[in-house]
Order: sequence, then structure tokens, then C-alpha cells
Amino acid sequence: MELMRKLEILADAAKYDASCASSGAQRKDSRTGKGVGSTGGMGICHSYTPDGRCVSLLKVLLTNSCLYDCHYCINRRSSDVQRARFTPEEVVQLTLDFYKRNYIEGLFLSSGIVRNADHTMEQVIEVARQLREVHDFRGYIHLKTIPEASQALIDKAGTYADRISINIELPTQASLDQLAPEKNIANTKVAMNGIRARIDEVQDARKQARRIMGRPRAKPPTFATGQSTQMIVGADTSSDSVVLHRADELYRDHRLRRVYYGGFSPIPAPSVILPIKPPPLVREHRLYQADWLLRFYGFGVSELVPQSHPDLDLELDPKLSWALRNRALFPVDINRAPRDLLWRVPGLGTVNVERILSARRFSRLHLADLQRMRVSLKKVMPFIMTADHRPRVATLENDHLRLQFLPGPRQLEFDFNPKASATAADALMVRSGQL
Amino acid sequence: MITALIDPTFDSWLKKARELLQGGVYPEQIDWVDATREASLLQEGPIRPKHDAPAVKVPSDFVQLAETVCAHRDERRFAVLYRLLHRLTLGGERHLLKHPSDPDTRQCQIWAKAVGRDIHKMHAFVRFRLIGTDEPTGREQFVAWFEPEHRIVKLACPFFQKRFANMDWSILTPDECAIWDGETLAYLPGVSRLEAPPADAHDDLWRTYYRSVFNPARLKVQAMQSEMPVKYWKNLPEAQIIPSLIAGSDQRVQRMLSSPERPLKPAPDNAYLHSLKTRRANPSVSETHSPTH
Repeated sequence: MELMRKLEILADAAKYDASCASSGAQRKDSRTGKGVGSTGGMGICHSYTPDGRCVSLLKVLLTNSCLYDCHYCINRRSSDVQRARFTPEEVVQLTLDFYKRNYIEGLFLSSGIVRNADHTMEQVIEVARQLREVHDFRGYIHLKTIPEASQALIDKAGTYADRISINIELPTQASLDQLAPEKNIANTKVAMNGIRARIDEVQDARKQARRIMGRPRAKPPTFATGQSTQMIVGADTSSDSVVLHRADELYRDHRLRRVYYGGFSPIPAPSVILPIKPPPLVREHRLYQADWLLRFYGFGVSELVPQSHPDLDLELDPKLSWALRNRALFPVDINRAPRDLLWRVPGLGTVNVERILSARRFSRLHLADLQRMRVSLKKVMPFIMTADHRPRVATLENDHLRLQFLPGPRQLEFDFNPKASATAADALMVRSGQL
Repeated sequence: MITALIDPTFDSWLKKARELLQGGVYPEQIDWVDATREASLLQEGPIRPKHDAPAVKVPSDFVQLAETVCAHRDERRFAVLYRLLHRLTLGGERHLLKHPSDPDTRQCQIWAKAVGRDIHKMHAFVRFRLIGTDEPTGREQFVAWFEPEHRIVKLACPFFQKRFANMDWSILTPDECAIWDGETLAYLPGVSRLEAPPADAHDDLWRTYYRSVFNPARLKVQAMQSEMPVKYWKNLPEAQIIPSLIAGSDQRVQRMLSSPERPLKPAPDNAYLHSLKTRRANPSVSETHSPTH
């Protein structure tokens, strides 16, 4: 089979994995080496496909042949999709060729399970080994690992990769039993714990190595700097509460960098066990928003999805719907409230909260100050007090407050004030900063 | 009114700004003029430095901000930067940069952010084309053409030097070109697009990859365009196929939806699959009920 056809099949087979991060790696670059590559700054999205997703890594499977029968997956053994297999050398060459043209940040390699977990893992590791050891490649490598693979192989994968991940796939074992009968949450968690232990160990060793200044240093060990996972949303009947509690557990107990939520997407060869449905795009979006609130805004899962509301509101973002359920906490005084209370105001992000904290040391803040910081006044006004604004009590108690935030019919916009052409005097005003 | 003739670069502006500041010149008195565009028509006014004035110290976080802002193409940038500098130093507003709702600070931050985004997009959207291999050294030689929104070549190129230290490359733009030969990163004047090679043999493979990772069931054209604005498309090989991907997506989804459900295949007789049944991890960490309890 020619390379282009293999690429077509094995990229198509890998695209349902949502992860595309290329950030958070150890700082390294090619100046001291003989190959290409650098990591350590911000992740870079080198392109975007019309589904709005970022193209950062060459994301492919080594093979899409698979022993497992996960019903949401295009590559399951019961699927009649055409099968293909890359040789390790082919993936290595593609990665380097794409990288040198600045198409990508690196490689995301996964594989269908062939023969057994260890054999499959060895194939995946061989690609990373060649990239690092033969070609001195210093770009980003993300390896998908199999929880049932031996700890020694997972460790080895981690020494070549910047990130490793194991997909939890579904939030409960009951759902896995039904839809991915070969997968087991307990095994996955044991493997995640193993990876976490290695990450911690190596980071400690690196800290130690930094502390020994002035003496000839042993080369600090290298290991992936983080692990992530993916949960499929909308294939089983789990509520958002179940999904988010699982995510929260993974963040807290296993220190995952990221949990990705992949809305179950129609696949070309649907399974009789899992009829296809349109992808739950809004739900996926709300889950990401809630995930953000858990990680960066100090929210707890039970605040976002309390027992009375086990699913996120699809019409409003989770912070806004939390605020509408907890109106007694508002209005928040922009000029006095502590950081963690400002984080809870709908319409204020962490960046603007820092700006507010900084600006209010100099003067009492007015609505115009917030506007200059590009805060959406319409969204925040019912929830805040400023030097010149206090919402009417009736606003916060009004049953219609929710309606105010629902997306309304869109209005056509016309420009009634076309700009007059500039005069010479205008030009001077511009250049001297008076306009 | 003093006419300050400068090259539209950070170095040139900072040098002039220091002189003017030393002379105690007020921001409203200066007409900042791009010497590369209007030099022949204008004469620079004399600046009389106040010899008795103590040397003004320009804060380092301002210098950093100014370097980024100077790369912006907005004509007002030099004047607003000078006003900000004047207020910070002679005006006594030492904490002005920490005051995010101040109009001048805010404006400069907005410009700096736009420049930062443009640099990030350049790192993302430059596409190198292989033009040959240097015989004696064996180094591969690549050329790229890019049209940045702002004057960012000098700010953006050290990144490529670190990443591609072991290949020879040039990035050509209308304003400025960067050339790396393994030893030095040199900057030359801008060139026309015609100087750049039109395509690379790998563009087809890349387009194949791009087509294959697109999921037609999740069409979100707006989301794509907000991150990859149309103005960049003309220099991205993969962008050529965007219209056809969008146009064909509906049909592809319909085909999936009407596709018959596939029956199950029995598990093959595989030792590993058999072992999975007995390999469930030890009960202390296993799940007995859902995580919400």
C-alpha cells in the first residue's frame, strides 16, 4: 500500500482522540544537537481544520488493526474499515519531513492493539526511540499507552515522550462493560498511578540536580512531564455529574494535566450495540467550561452539578447558571471583594480579575474602567457593584434574569457612520498621539 | 512642534525618545514621522537637551513593552509610547504600567497583545519549502514566504533559530528577510513574493493528512476562522482544500447516518484476550460503584 493511502487511513483512525496539546514540555531545542526540534514554550497550533480543531501534532495510529471491540470506535475488530500498518521508519520519516516544513509541533502516536499489550507498546516505543536516538529529534512526542502493558515498558515510553496518556474512555465500569468490554477502569488507574509516581520521582530528581550547583552534574533523568486522558461523552447515559466527578478524581488523585472530553461522534461503520447520534457539541463545550472552573476558579464539582441539577445547563455557561442558583452571594463589590470571590462573577475571567486587583490599588473602579479592560458590562452588571453602579435589588431577585442571558434572535448590523476620509490635520493629530 | 524623524523600529524610536525626554519635551509637542516614508519632505527640528537635567532612567519593564509595541503598524504607537514614558518618568506616575485601566497603558497592552498574537501566528503558519541540500555540509536548505500583519520578523525569528538550528533556512517577507546559515541569523530588506518557491513536494502529503483529520460531523467554520483568519490562507498549502471539505461534509455525514449498523464479530482465539478476563487489578483500587457514590 502506498504511503499516502496509509496516512489517509491511519490519520482518519486517530482523529477521534481530542488531545492536541503541545505545551508543558521540558525546555529543549536543537542548538546543542544534530537534529531539529524545540519544546517548552506555549503550544502551537499549526493549522485548524473546518471542524474548528487545532492541528498541532502528526496524530496517527501505527496500525488500526485491533483485537478490542469498543463500540464507539471506528477501529474495533467488528468494524469493516480498511486496515493498514505503518512501519516505524515510515512514521519517523513522516514526522521529520512534516516537522522540518513547520507543519507540526511533533508526533502523537497511538495504536490499535495487536497480539498483546506489550507487543503493541514495544512497536510504539520503537518509533519514539528512533526519533530521539537516531535523529536527535527534540520536538514534542505524545505516546498513548495501554494500561495492561508492563510497567517497564510504560517507563520506557515515558523516557522518550513529553506526554503520555491512557484513555479512560467512559466514566464508569458499568459503561465500559457495555461498550468497551476489554477495558477496565481499575487497571487504568493502577497504570496512571504508576506514571504519576515516575513523574514525581523524576521531577524530584531534577530539583535535586538543580540544587547541586558548581559541581559537575549528573545528567538529570528525563521523563514525560505530564499525563492526560480522554473521556467520551454522549455514548453512554452517564450524567455530567458522573463525568465531572470522575474528572475531578483524576485531577486530584492522579494529577492529570488534562482530561479531554470527546463528544461521541458518528463513525462510518456504526456498531449494532451503539447506534450513531449527532455529536453532543454543546454538552462537550459546557463540560470543558466546567472543567476550567474546577481547575482555575476554585469551584467544586457539587457546586457546578448539585444533586438537583446533575447535568449542566446547555443554554448558559456553568458559572452563570451557578450564579443564578446562588444569587444571595451577589452583588460582589469590585472594589473590595477578594480574588476568589471575583473569580465567581459571571463575565470575569482570571486575567481580568488580576487586572482589577492591580487597578484598584490606584483608584476606585467605575464601570468605564471595566469597559476599558474589555469586560462585558451587560454580563457582569447584574452581579457587581462599582463606584458608580449598584444593581437594583429587583434585578437580582427577578425570575426573568435568566431570560436576559439567553441568546436572542440576531440583529443585522448596519454601519450608519461611515468614516470620513482623513485630512492632513487629522494625520498630524494621530502622529502626535492626540487622536 | 518638533518633528522627530525616525526609522519605524524600536531602536530608532528609543534613541530619539531618550533625547527628547532628556530635553524635557512634552508629548504634545512632537510629530513622530517615519523617515523611510516622508524623509525627503521634512526637516527635523532641533532638540535642545537641558544640560542641567539629571539623566532620566527608563524602567526596564517599559522597555520590554515598547519593543513589542513598536512592531505594531498603528501610526499612533510612537506618540502614545512617548506619552506613556513621559508620564512614567517626568510625570512621576511611576506605577502607571500596573494600572490596567489607564487609557495609555491599556492601549499599549492591546497593541502588545496584537503583536504577540502575530508572532505566535508566524511561528505557526510559516511553511518551509525544501530547495536543495548544501553539498559540502549536507545541510538541507529551506525557504519560506510569510506576510506578517506587523513588523515582527526580528522578534519572531530567534524561535526558528532554536528550533531549526541544523538546517539552512530563509524566511522572506515584504518588510524584512531572515537568513540562517548555522552560524548567524542575518536580516536583509524585504522582497517580493515572486522570490519564494511556490510549492513543496510534501504539500500533497500534508493536505492528505489535513483532509483525513477533519471530522465532517463537527463542522465549525467560525471556530476555525477565528483562530486561522482568512488573510493567512493564501500562504498555507492546506487552505486550498478548505472549501471542498466544507462543501462535502454534509453529504459525508448523511452517508454515515444512513450506513447500516455492523454486526458483532466474535473475539478471536487470542491468549491475551483470554488473560484480560483474569487480569483485573486488585480489588482495593477497583470500582464497585459509580464515582458519585
